Amino acid sequence: MSSDYEYSDEEADDVFDDDDMGMQDEDSDGDDGMELDDFKVPTKSTRKAYELDYDSLSQTAVEKLMEQDVEHIRGIFGVDASTAGLLLRHMSWNKERLIEKYMDNANKMLVAAGVAVPEPEPQRPSRRPSRKPKSPAKSETFVCSICFDDAPDLTPLALDCGHAACAGCWSAYITSKIRDEAEHACRCMAEGCALVAPDAFVRAQIDDETYTRFEELLVRHFVSCESHLKFCPYPSCTNTVSCPAAASKMSLTTVVPIVSCGARGIASTSGSMTQSQELVKQTTGKEHKFCFGCIIDSDHRPVVCGVALLWLKKCRDDSETANWIKSNTKECPKCMSTIEKNGGCNHMTCKKCKHEFCWVCMGPWSEHGTAWYSCNRYDEKGGVDARDSQSKSRASLERYLHYYNRWANHEQSAKLALDLFAKTEKKMEEMQITSTLTWIEVQFMKKAVEELDKCRMTLKWTYAMAYYLAKGNQKDLFEDNQRDLERAVEDLAELLESPIEPENIPTLRQKVTDKTVYVQKRNEIVLEDTADGFLEGRWTWNVAVDGFDSPEEAAT
Amino acid sequence: MALKRINKVCPRFPLVVVGDVIELIDLGRDPPSSCSAGPTGDNMFQWQATIMGPGESPYAGGVFFLSISFPVDYPFKPPKVSFTTKIYHPNINANGSICLDILRDQWSPALTISKVLLSICSMLTDPNPDDPLVPDIAHLYKTDRTRYEATAREWTRKYAM
Repeated sequence: MSSDYEYSDEEADDVFDDDDMGMQDEDSDGDDGMELDDFKVPTKSTRKAYELDYDSLSQTAVEKLMEQDVEHIRGIFGVDASTAGLLLRHMSWNKERLIEKYMDNANKMLVAAGVAVPEPEPQRPSRRPSRKPKSPAKSETFVCSICFDDAPDLTPLALDCGHAACAGCWSAYITSKIRDEAEHACRCMAEGCALVAPDAFVRAQIDDETYTRFEELLVRHFVSCESHLKFCPYPSCTNTVSCPAAASKMSLTTVVPIVSCGARGIASTSGSMTQSQELVKQTTGKEHKFCFGCIIDSDHRPVVCGVALLWLKKCRDDSETANWIKSNTKECPKCMSTIEKNGGCNHMTCKKCKHEFCWVCMGPWSEHGTAWYSCNRYDEKGGVDARDSQSKSRASLERYLHYYNRWANHEQSAKLALDLFAKTEKKMEEMQITSTLTWIEVQFMKKAVEELDKCRMTLKWTYAMAYYLAKGNQKDLFEDNQRDLERAVEDLAELLESPIEPENIPTLRQKVTDKTVYVQKRNEIVLEDTADGFLEGRWTWNVAVDGFDSPEEAAT
Repeated sequence: MALKRINKVCPRFPLVVVGDVIELIDLGRDPPSSCSAGPTGDNMFQWQATIMGPGESPYAGGVFFLSISFPVDYPFKPPKVSFTTKIYHPNINANGSICLDILRDQWSPALTISKVLLSICSMLTDPNPDDPLVPDIAHLYKTDRTRYEATAREWTRKYAM
């Protein structure tokens, strides 16, 4: 991680100090201490336009937030924590509406949330669901209403509603709700009964693993109800990011909320690790970077979510394949097979249905008689239209491919970064042997590779952005910046690939260091300028993008 | 779990067929006058059921066959019930799929097959055109009841008698 892209690592570390969830104990920015002065960019003090404030929260931290809300409601309503929790979950953690509705009709609210049984006679609103479900008088003829078992050793269990079932059924039921259906509200099993099992009851019926899942479901539900929170999309990561700046949909047209859940850089236990292990750890265990505003789980700066999603959809869609087919093929007029003509005369014979037709007018060949190549059925106007529409579709295809190939190229390079990291590590070791440089002094190689990776990510998305940018001076400027960055990146990549000879190591070091700083600056310029552009509303698109003026309106 | 309920074996036991089908007994003890159900063969997870068209509906006189398949975690998951006899109904489509809340999200482990069949019977008498599976039939049901009934009667005569 470089010094100047850090957001709020200090804060993140604080939050994670008490974290006991099974995080990967990645090395926390091991290079912080040995930051090389060479890489210091003078503009570190202020926050960049393309950065924004956010906090990383562990599951425990989110649970604390939930507890606060529960405490708040508990204080107001005078109910116990379990009831307050169920009420809040029922109302999607909307405290204001809960208070309003509860004050309006407490009993109705309790029934709706599945806390109390609807009873004809009035009932105390603060009635708490008993932790120990009352077991109906255990007669010798208890038959579980779910499995119809009547073994004498069955333990009948019931919620406040008294609908008894055996412990085995409860356990199977709640486990299947939590594990198969990802449902945190387990209603009573009886038909039409809306009572929800309180947490303590749930806890008593299930094993530890399922309960862990239950707790995670509760946190996920809470997080999904709060617009300023987002759950980390990385598999098995249970961290949450709080980013109030990107909470509203409108803000997504002006900022690109790339955040990190902080899953890397926790609990530095790297003391005993060798430096090479450390490097491997860092490359394989990249920090969980994702976009707060959309579903893309990687850094898509500088382009805003709307445009990035549009681009991904375009790449995924088969629309471009169809476009190619449209511009390169015709259909057999009889059996509609798609035919690509790659030579020969215009007298076509369909391989599939043996239909003979003219490639020019698509009419049956028999009608041509002896008028071989002067196709007299050729409609002048229709022909021109057809040619026009064909060349148009071809041009749009070429334009798309131009951007797509560059986009894909950078993506591919980023994928190969892992190899590059390994190769670089080897080179660094080699350098240590062949020169007098120490391990810390050869860090410049690693630094350069990291920077390269980052810039490729930016470059990749600039192509998506450029594809959709409306023509004009702004686009020209953007593409100039893009070109400068790309050139610098390729230069640096070439330097890194160059062979190492003992005598030129000092010059190589100097060159790589200089180039890295330069690339870093160019990347910053692209990011900063684009981010500023979004804040100023400078960018216009050639397609309709959510939240922006449509291209026609913008043109007027 | 499913077999225990179907066969009355213990919940934690391996799935072994032991004996009487308690739900069958249940069905036999308190038989809905118009339905019956039972396993089709050795596979206790696969049942066949019949429903007699309710007298007060256009399906009167018809005998409708249904297939019921039990998931392994029955009764915690609903059984899959579908018509094998063609039927003209707003909530039943050409594949025999039934749109009934208790077979989906409103399923409760306390429900039994006899209750499900009774619900299907009452659905035949009172279709729910506001939550249709076949919008065309639902539209006809709402706008031209006589034509709907005539078609339903005709289908019943053709396919269920």
